Amino acid sequence: MLAYLIRRLINAVLTLIVVTFVTFCVFFLVPKATGSDPALLYVGKQADPAAIAGIREKFGFNDPVIVQYGKFLKGLVFGRDYVSGADITHCSAPCLGYSFKTSQEVWPLLIDALPVTVSLAIGAAVLWVLMGVSFGVISALRRGTIWDRSVMTVALAGVSLPIYFTGLLSLSIFVYWLGFPNPSFTPFFDNPWHWFTGLILPWITLAFLFAATYARLTRANMLETLGEDYIRTARAKGLRERAVIGKHGLRSGLTPLVTVFGLDLGALLGGAVLTEAVYNLRGLGYYALNGIRQSDLPVILGVTLFAATFIVIANLIVDLLYGVIDPRVRLG
Amino acid sequence: MSIGAPTPRPFLEVKDLTVRFETDDGIVQAVTGSTFSLEKGKTLGIVGESGSGKSVTSLALLGLHRTRSNAKVAGEIWFDDDELVTATDEKVRLLRGGKMSMIFQDPLSAMHPYFTVGSQIVEAYRVHHPGVTKKVARERAIDMLARVGIPQPDRRFHDYAHQFSGGMRQRAMIAMALVNDPALLIADEPTTALDVTVQAQILDLIRDLQEEFGSAVIMITHDLGVVAELADDVLVMYGGKVVEKGSALDVFRTPQHPYTWGLLGSMPRLDRDVRERLIPVKGSPPSLINLPDGCAFNPRCPYAGRNGNRSFTDVPVLREAGVGTGAGHLVACHLPAEDRKTIFQQDVLPNL
Ligand SMILES: Nc1ncnc2c1ncn2[C@@H]1O[C@H](COP(=O)(O)OP(=O)(O)OP(=O)(O)O)[C@@H](O)[C@H]1O
Ligand code: SF4
Ligand SMILES: [Mg+2]
Repeated sequence: MLAYLIRRLINAVLTLIVVTFVTFCVFFLVPKATGSDPALLYVGKQADPAAIAGIREKFGFNDPVIVQYGKFLKGLVFGRDYVSGADITHCSAPCLGYSFKTSQEVWPLLIDALPVTVSLAIGAAVLWVLMGVSFGVISALRRGTIWDRSVMTVALAGVSLPIYFTGLLSLSIFVYWLGFPNPSFTPFFDNPWHWFTGLILPWITLAFLFAATYARLTRANMLETLGEDYIRTARAKGLRERAVIGKHGLRSGLTPLVTVFGLDLGALLGGAVLTEAVYNLRGLGYYALNGIRQSDLPVILGVTLFAATFIVIANLIVDLLYGVIDPRVRLG
Repeated sequence: MSIGAPTPRPFLEVKDLTVRFETDDGIVQAVTGSTFSLEKGKTLGIVGESGSGKSVTSLALLGLHRTRSNAKVAGEIWFDDDELVTATDEKVRLLRGGKMSMIFQDPLSAMHPYFTVGSQIVEAYRVHHPGVTKKVARERAIDMLARVGIPQPDRRFHDYAHQFSGGMRQRAMIAMALVNDPALLIADEPTTALDVTVQAQILDLIRDLQEEFGSAVIMITHDLGVVAELADDVLVMYGGKVVEKGSALDVFRTPQHPYTWGLLGSMPRLDRDVRERLIPVKGSPPSLINLPDGCAFNPRCPYAGRNGNRSFTDVPVLREAGVGTGAGHLVACHLPAEDRKTIFQQDVLPNL
């Protein structure tokens, strides 16, 4: 088990190195290939050639990609100094460089955005798991009834409606008609109640989309499980129906959800771009969108790195967890 | 017993049991008018090919068509003087796994993959012994695993079904079924998934345990060899109906139904060439949604034309087989008793 864990960890680190390299190449080579000069993005088109040359030297845009990448990695781990003549700027580790647009350091910027995204993702996750699983289980148990059909119809709508539609719809209903406060982010430790009320609408919007998928998935898994021979065995033992469903049924009906949940949450922690945009929440997704809009390459690179890290970690956790919950994986 | 007292009911008495499933394609008549009985300490063999209604019958006895099922069950099931078809769900639930229990066809799929074998046996014990501690139940489970011949039972207790071999898994299943000393044990093809030597061991085990516990056993199989070896009485099922019934001795010595003759002909025999040994009954089982008119076996029966049109119009009822057969030997066939006797002796016997 320990050897397996170490192997998986090394794997995760290697994956991250590959992802950063590819991202780095894409974001720093594309401007080269298209003939636009990254130095220009920092100083603006009207700047004099000397200033541009200074920037170019300072940020190492003249170096070969591999050297630039090496410096980037070094900056990430040990921090780095940007030097142009007497002009020295220190960027402490972990250094993701400077925003082209605001000249702010990227790392602190993203770290500030992180609580917004994490709050959004976790709150929504709690909601969608509770809703999706309970609606899915009840639908499976009442298969074919009016209840089942209505839940599945709503779920189908949830899966197919785009988030900016449901987002704007709930904004207009709750905020403009019913007078709810406009969604905003208050740090949890500043005021838990405002944190909660400010995020409830984005949570619901995001959770609706996922709950729909989870309800359908749960229903399908439960129906399959309830048809299994071992469920019949559980009944043949004389177990109460409650125990048959609640213990034997849920145990295998919900296990496949663990994988899906881990990956969904991992992906969402990299930024819920649309939800953050609709509600104007400044999380990672917001900065990703802004970065793309303004060709702010260091920010885009930073967000990509964050997102990739979350997904890799989520994958790792799911794999390890699966080993714990499925004996056939652990011992097979 | 005083004169005039009603004769006591058999330990298990099934009367006119009928099970239908309502499906999108129509009504599946899985079991129709099945009647049989069984005493304590005795073994009843139920034979018939795939789809003849054997499993559906046994599930009906345990009341397993009650929950989340499209089944309609009618008739009477008298078990130790209780009628089970009309009994409450709770009453039947308490019998299930306790006084009557079942060994299923495929032990790998019949055990939960995420719980250890031991914990599943413990669970079975504790449902029917609510007061006992986990520790006592655990000792009981380990004891049962040892009784059915699983080596190192205290270690295998913690294993999962997929870590057991097929034979060991079936033993564990048997341990689970016997953990509450059932008075009636239903074994639904307990050996089909196993190879021949393991099959013999499992059958020996069931027989030994039956002697030890004195339970009544229903042995379901499509292997006549198993029935010949274990059963006191035999029920031959075809298309959801009992077509022949009698003591094992009678059914094997003087089989009466053309379908039984076919089954006997398809029995593996060691003194024949492999190619010759297995001659399955020609044709395929009937659709249980649209049963053929008259005798359900008529499309496959070589003697269907012998009774004018009766095989095609009248459903034969189960009645005394007549001339030269034992008492209580019943058959559902329109052929006159003498014809059956001559056909069996001239056509069938020489080919067995
Ligand atoms: N829930 C159900 N709904 C519809 N039809 C069913 C259902 N359960 C069983 N049947 C049908 O009832 C018939 C009898 O099935 P059963 O399982 O009793 O056969 P069997 O004699 O045990 O066969 P085998 O030797 O293959 O186990 C089959 O045709 C089967 O398709
Ligand atoms: S009733 Fe007719 S068809 Fe049916 S078994 Fe007898 S002879 Fe054959
Ligand atoms: Mg069966």
